[in-house]
Amino acid sequence: MLDNLQLLFVYAPVMNVQMILDGIFIGAVFALAAYGLALVWGVMNVKNLAQGDFVIMGGYLAFTANNLGFHPILALPVIATIMYIYGVVVYKLVIRRVIDNDMFVSLLATFGLSLFMQQVMNLIYGPEVQTVDSHMHIMTMFDDFVTVPMVKIVSLLLAGCFAAAIVIFMTKSRTGQAIRATSQDARAARVLGIDTDKVYMLTFALNSAICGIAGVLVSMIWVLQPFYGIVYSLRTFAIVTAAGLGNLPGVIGMSFVLGWVEQYAGIIAGAEWQVASAVFVLIGVLLWRQIQLRRQRQVVR
Amino acid sequence: MYNKLPIALGTALAVGVAGFAGGAMAKVEGDTITIGSSLSLTGKYSTNGFHTQKGYDFAVKRINDTGGVKVGGKSYKLKVVYYDDESTPSRASQLTERLVKQDGVEFMLGPYSTTMTKAVAPVTEKYKIPMVEAEGASRSLFTQGYKYMFAVLSTSEYYLAPVLDLIAERTKAGYKAPSDLRIGMAFENDGFSLDVRAGVLDVAKKYNMKIVIDDKLPADLSDMSATLTKFKALKPDILLVSGHSKGAATAARQIEEMKIQAPYMAITHCEAAKVHVKFPKSANGLLCPTQWLTNLPNSEPIFGDAQKYDKDFKVAYPEYNTGIPYQTAQASAAVLVFKDAFERANSFDRDKVRDALSATDMNTFYGPVKFSEAGNNIAKPMFYRQIQADGSYKNIVSNGDMTVPRKAAY
Repeated sequence: MLDNLQLLFVYAPVMNVQMILDGIFIGAVFALAAYGLALVWGVMNVKNLAQGDFVIMGGYLAFTANNLGFHPILALPVIATIMYIYGVVVYKLVIRRVIDNDMFVSLLATFGLSLFMQQVMNLIYGPEVQTVDSHMHIMTMFDDFVTVPMVKIVSLLLAGCFAAAIVIFMTKSRTGQAIRATSQDARAARVLGIDTDKVYMLTFALNSAICGIAGVLVSMIWVLQPFYGIVYSLRTFAIVTAAGLGNLPGVIGMSFVLGWVEQYAGIIAGAEWQVASAVFVLIGVLLWRQIQLRRQRQVVR
Repeated sequence: MYNKLPIALGTALAVGVAGFAGGAMAKVEGDTITIGSSLSLTGKYSTNGFHTQKGYDFAVKRINDTGGVKVGGKSYKLKVVYYDDESTPSRASQLTERLVKQDGVEFMLGPYSTTMTKAVAPVTEKYKIPMVEAEGASRSLFTQGYKYMFAVLSTSEYYLAPVLDLIAERTKAGYKAPSDLRIGMAFENDGFSLDVRAGVLDVAKKYNMKIVIDDKLPADLSDMSATLTKFKALKPDILLVSGHSKGAATAARQIEEMKIQAPYMAITHCEAAKVHVKFPKSANGLLCPTQWLTNLPNSEPIFGDAQKYDKDFKVAYPEYNTGIPYQTAQASAAVLVFKDAFERANSFDRDKVRDALSATDMNTFYGPVKFSEAGNNIAKPMFYRQIQADGSYKNIVSNGDMTVPRKAAY
């Protein structure tokens, strides 16, 4: 561990540039999926355990588009639309029935949905690892030491644009306002004439489309496998839990923090700690919150 | 797609009926020897499950067509009963129990993967059922003291270790000391890859090579850029990666993306991950271990040599025209070993067959087969191939065949 620190800060400090950049790129993709989860969780109080599988499904749609001869980024609007419709269908078939039940019913239902999606993807695409080639240039800096693939920069820009679009949609449009109103108090929103059922459907479908976009980016940066959804589910849960619901800047910030922590943990403590570090961050944040809240807590006996 | 319902129902029934219907279908009836096998025909191992099944089927058909198995002056035909274990270990052991207790099977062919073999072996051992397996390579399978399990393939610690021998010989040929070589390596944190790592550690110690990176990749990690960044800073001479197909795909993708250069790179499962098609730039010069080569000289009467097997198999299954995975070849070899053992035992008594299996010393198109006390094949070495610039695989017989240093044009 000590020699790794030495390497990082004494012998090859340029490494830090690569890691910080990688952390940002990873964080951008996580931020998209995590924001979708925060939306569904905050508005509908449904903890979507199939979140990662929606991401992987988006990835496989990009893979299909690529096989048909379309560049995944050009196919993005189509994929987002397909995922949106899929979200509507899943809402009507499953989510609507569990929304008013207690937490465990929604957890079980989305867990079942996750298994179902994995197996269907496995039947269609097979269990082999698949990748999509973006055919984009790879830039180099510092005498080839730091490499930055264009596709990651494009992903970052796309993620940024979509995040901005969502924020504008949520604050300016009537539908966005209805979603926020429902999230604050569903009963009051209903009294004021908002069709909460429709708002829930929109929210879930929007989340599905966001996941699809994240999936397209994942397919070009990492690898796809029908059972990889859990990786994204876990990380988005960690991000949302640590950042808090309905806190978009928090979710984005937390995504970048997680991206960096994973990179540095991978170098300093070894790759086996990379994913574990996400959970340590979560525990750290929860402990910190607990301590903070304790100060303000008033005694109720 | 594959009728799972009857199996599920059947298994449910089996639990209830097992008590009454024991031995409804005997292992040798008339002139047919029934062998059981639980294979992954759905789920995450299904691709290789099918490769294995075709290897078994091809060998069974060939043996039946060329006179069958001769025991006690009579000719018997082979038949394999398959169940789908859905790539789930608990299901595999359940189905094995069913094969033995309900279907009365007394001989088994192995499932696909170390994980499944680990689930099946305790059951076959309990009922003293001889099993020849072709797809479970982990060293840990052969340290349990199993008496009825035999494996035709080379075990996992030989996947990457011999490549260090080749590299050391090559280095000596260039009048340099192997002890100057530095290794950067990353292995998936699972039984198989850690066995591969153990083999590598032994050989590295023998030549006094220095291991500067030794990372363990989590099973669900799709990003190894941290390890590769470190690799770039330390510039070792040798990169070793093992993590099944997903590890190979992830490594190839990120080696290309990060423009990693090293004189020697060896990765397991590169053919299964199709890196030569998907990442031709980083695949150039990669050394890949394989259990079987199509130009092996060994020959036997049933299949001829490896080249003939390759040709005949492609005629029978044209979908394999681009290349036969070694998983298929070793499955066929397992059936050959069973035939040979039946004939030498000259009996269907389980213990006599087991003793005959343990005394196996034969040549097959897949290579020589001779079992150690523990049941693993000690006669066959692991082979290597190097991916060429045009995406083809070149067989590496001696260290002079390698193109070094690997120079990829990114």
